[in-house]
Amino acid sequence: MKRSDLLIFDAKGIYCPQAQVYIDPWKPVNRAIITHGHSDHARFGHNKYLTHHSNIPIIRHRLGEINVQGIGWNEPFQINGVIFTLHPAGHIIGSSQVRVEYKGEVWVFTGDYKTENDGVCTPYELIKCHTMITECTFGLPAFKWKPQALVFEEINSWWQSNKEDGKTSVLFGYTLGKAQRILKHLDTSIGQIFTHGAVENMTEVLRPQLELPKTTLITPSTPASDIRGSVVIAPPSAHGTPWMRKLVPFETGTCSGWMAFRGARARRATDKGFVLSDHCDWQGLLQSIKASEASRVICTHGYTDIFSRYLRELGYDASVENTDYEGEKEEITTVEPAQST
Amino acid sequence: MRKFAELIEKLDATNKTSQKVAALAGYFAQADESDKLATIAILSHRRPPRPVNTTLLRAYAAELAEIPLWLFEESYHIVGDLAESIALVVPNDEHTSDKSLSAILRELVQLKSKTDPEKKEYVQHTWMQLDYYSRFVFTKLLTGSFRIGISQKLMTRALSQVTSVPEDELAYRLMGNWSANDTTFEELVFGRNEQAYVSKPYPFYLAYALENEIHELGDISDWAAEHKWDGIRGQVIFRKNEIFIWSRGEELVTEKYPEIAELANVLPEGTVIDGEILAFVDDQVGLFNDLQTRIGRKNVSKAVLAKVPVIFKAYDLLEFHGQDIRSQSYRERRILLEALVQAANYPVLQLSHQMNFTSWEEVITERGRSREKRSEGLMLKKKSASYQVGRKKGDWWKWKIDPLTIDAVLTYAMRGHGRRTNLFTDYTFGLWHLNEKGEKELVTFAKAYSGLTDQEFAQVDNIIKRTTLERFGPVRSVEPTLVFELAFEGIALSNRHKSGVAVRFPRILRWRRDKKVADANTLDDLKALIPK
Repeated sequence: MKRSDLLIFDAKGIYCPQAQVYIDPWKPVNRAIITHGHSDHARFGHNKYLTHHSNIPIIRHRLGEINVQGIGWNEPFQINGVIFTLHPAGHIIGSSQVRVEYKGEVWVFTGDYKTENDGVCTPYELIKCHTMITECTFGLPAFKWKPQALVFEEINSWWQSNKEDGKTSVLFGYTLGKAQRILKHLDTSIGQIFTHGAVENMTEVLRPQLELPKTTLITPSTPASDIRGSVVIAPPSAHGTPWMRKLVPFETGTCSGWMAFRGARARRATDKGFVLSDHCDWQGLLQSIKASEASRVICTHGYTDIFSRYLRELGYDASVENTDYEGEKEEITTVEPAQST
Repeated sequence: MRKFAELIEKLDATNKTSQKVAALAGYFAQADESDKLATIAILSHRRPPRPVNTTLLRAYAAELAEIPLWLFEESYHIVGDLAESIALVVPNDEHTSDKSLSAILRELVQLKSKTDPEKKEYVQHTWMQLDYYSRFVFTKLLTGSFRIGISQKLMTRALSQVTSVPEDELAYRLMGNWSANDTTFEELVFGRNEQAYVSKPYPFYLAYALENEIHELGDISDWAAEHKWDGIRGQVIFRKNEIFIWSRGEELVTEKYPEIAELANVLPEGTVIDGEILAFVDDQVGLFNDLQTRIGRKNVSKAVLAKVPVIFKAYDLLEFHGQDIRSQSYRERRILLEALVQAANYPVLQLSHQMNFTSWEEVITERGRSREKRSEGLMLKKKSASYQVGRKKGDWWKWKIDPLTIDAVLTYAMRGHGRRTNLFTDYTFGLWHLNEKGEKELVTFAKAYSGLTDQEFAQVDNIIKRTTLERFGPVRSVEPTLVFELAFEGIALSNRHKSGVAVRFPRILRWRRDKKVADANTLDDLKALIPK
C-alpha cells in the first residue's frame, strides 16, 4: 500500500483517508459504509452507518438502534471531494459494492459478491475501475458452480423422494441470504415449509422486501406429525442439537459452496451436500476482474495467496491485504484466514 | 460406469451402515454379471495395477483445465484427494459415456503397456466424456486408491442378501487368489473352482479388545491364554503339494518368507495353520521393527535372510488332512495343532505357548511380563469356541499392555485427507535434545494423525494457521506452542530415523494444555524406554 492510495487497510478496516470514512470496519469507527448485513461486515459500535436501503432492516434487526442512513444504487454522495456510489453485489439482499472515485481515479471494493442472478437480490452489476478490491473465498479452480436452476432441481427432487419415503427433509443454510434463496426456489407443490426460529425471524424481517412462500415456525407445541414429509430450513448450527429430535425420521442436506468437497460433506455428517454458494466461483472471480478492466487487484479473504499469485501470472498487479472478513464459513472449522505474502 | 458411480455416490452420501448395505444390495440386484464381478474385485482391493503414474495424471489434468501445474498442485493440497481434485478442475462436458465398469477395467489393464501419448489421449478423452462423479470414480480406479469407507464385510453382507449365500461362506469364497479376469460372478459366488480353492485362505477370526474386568470372563478353566505376538498375522496353506503364505491383509507373501515356505517339506497334505510371522533374531522373538526390513522386499537377499530370520508361531489349526475343522472346539483343534507341530519337528514352525492358569491373578501377572517377552499383551480364548469369521465378540479377547507414552511438541503440520480435507490434522512431533553446540533443539521423532476429537482438531487447526512459520507445499512448520501426550506400542533403535529411534503405531493420547513446550520430554527420556 502506498500512502497516496485512495483506500488503505489499517487496523480498523478499509479506510479512505481523503474522505475519512471506513468501509466494513471490524473495529468501532466514526463513519462506516457497510456493504451487507453479514456479521463479519456489519459490526456493532460505529457512530454513523451508511448502507443501501434494503440492508437497513437487516442491520437494525441485528445491531439494534443504530444511527443509519440509507442510500440507493448509483446515487452518488460526496465526502471531501471523493465520490462514493453503491452498486449491487448480488451476494444477498441489500449487498453492495462500493465505488470510490477521486480526481478521475476509480477504486471498487466488491464486498462479498456473486455473478449469478439468484432471483432474490438485485443482480451483480459490473463496474469498470482502476483498482479492484475483491474477495476470493472460493478462489481455486476446483470451485465451479452449476446454474442454480439445476441445484434447485436436485433439492426439490430430493425433498420429493424423502417425502415418498415418509421422511422430513432438513436443509441447512445461513439464516440471512441462503435461507431466503432456498425458500424462493422450493417447489411448494411438494409440501409445507417449516422453519427454525433463527430462520423465521430473519425471514420475517425480509418479507416486506421479498415475495416468499409461506413458512411455519416450529414451536414446542407443533405436533411432530404435522412436520413429517415437509421441508425444514434451519441454520447449520442446529445440526445435531436436541431441537432436531422432533423431526425424526429425517434426511439432512447442507447448502454451501464447501459442499463441493467430499471431505467437507463427510465432516458435516450431512446426508446430502448441495453446492450452492452466494460467492463467486473461480470463473466468476476471473471474469469479473477481467471485465472491470482493473490493472491492480487486492485480494482480501479466501485463498488469497494462491489467487493473487495466479493473477500476477496473468499480468495483474495483484496483492493481498489482511482483513477480518470470513467469507462463507465452513462451520466446525474456520476458513483459512487471509494471509499476507 | 454411471451405475457404479451412482452406487459410490450413494455410499459416500451416508454414514449409516444399513443404508450402505441397502445401496450395495440394490446395485448387486440389478447390475450385469461382469459389472458385479468387477465391483466385488474393486471393493475387495483387487484393482488393476496402476496404468499411469500420478505425475502424468496431474499434468494431463492441468493441461485440460488450462491452468498452470503449480495451481493444480495447490488445489490438490487443499482438496486433499487427487482423483477428486482432477474431477473438480477438468471442464464439464455434457456427454456421458455409457461404457460399462468391466469394459473400463479391461481398458485400464491394456493401458499399462501403451505409450505415453496414447495414455494421455485415452485418459483425457475419458475424463471429458464422463460426468463429474463418474470422472471421480474413474480417476480413483486409475490412481489405485479406493478407500471409500466400504469394508469387505459390508459388501459381503449385501451380496449375501442378494444371493442367499450365507455371509460366512461368501467371505470364504471371496478370499484368496482370484481376479476379475480369470473367473465369473457365477463361479466366484456360487461355483467351486477347484483350482482356485487350492490357494484359498480362510477368513481370519479377529478379537476385540477386552471391555470389562478380566474376572468377569467367568471360570478361568474355560479359558486358555497365550501371548499376542507382534508380527504379521498369517495363514500357511499346504494343499496339492503347494505352499501358500497369506497375510491378514490378503496379500500372498510366500516369496517373501522362503524359510517358512520350506514347511512344504514337512506338512501333511491339506493343512492350514493360523499364526504369526515373527522376526527371530539371536534365538529370541524379535521386535516388529526388525521385521520391517523383510516386509517391503519381494526378493530377499541372503544377507537379509541371515540378518533377520523369521519363524511362524502357530496359533491355531483350521484345516487338517483336507478337512475344514473350524467348527470344532479350540480345545480339539489345539490338540491336533500340537501333534502336527511336533510331528513336523521343524525349527521355523513353533507353537505359540498356551498357558493354562488357575487364577485370573496369574493372568494379570503374566500380562505384566509381556514387554520382556516381546509380545503386545495376551490373547484369551474360550476353549469351547469354534473358529469364527471376522471380528467377533465373546469367545476371543485381546488384552494388550498399556502403551508407552511421552510428551512431545508439535513441530510440523500437514492438511489431512478424506473427511479432514482442508484441515491441518497430520502432525509431526519433536522432543528436546542438546545439539553439538550445546543448544536445546527439537528433534523430530514421530508423526501422528489420530487421537483428537473433531473439536480439538478444529482448535489445533486454528492455532496452526496462526502460528505458521514456513510453508513447504502442503506442509507447514509452526512455532512450537503445543504439547501432546503420544502413545505408542513399541520402540527400537533405528538408523533410518533422524532421532535414531523408531516407535510403533504412534497416536495422540491427549492434548496437554497444562504443559508448556519447555516441559515436554527429551530424546533421552524416549531412549530410556527402549528395552535392553
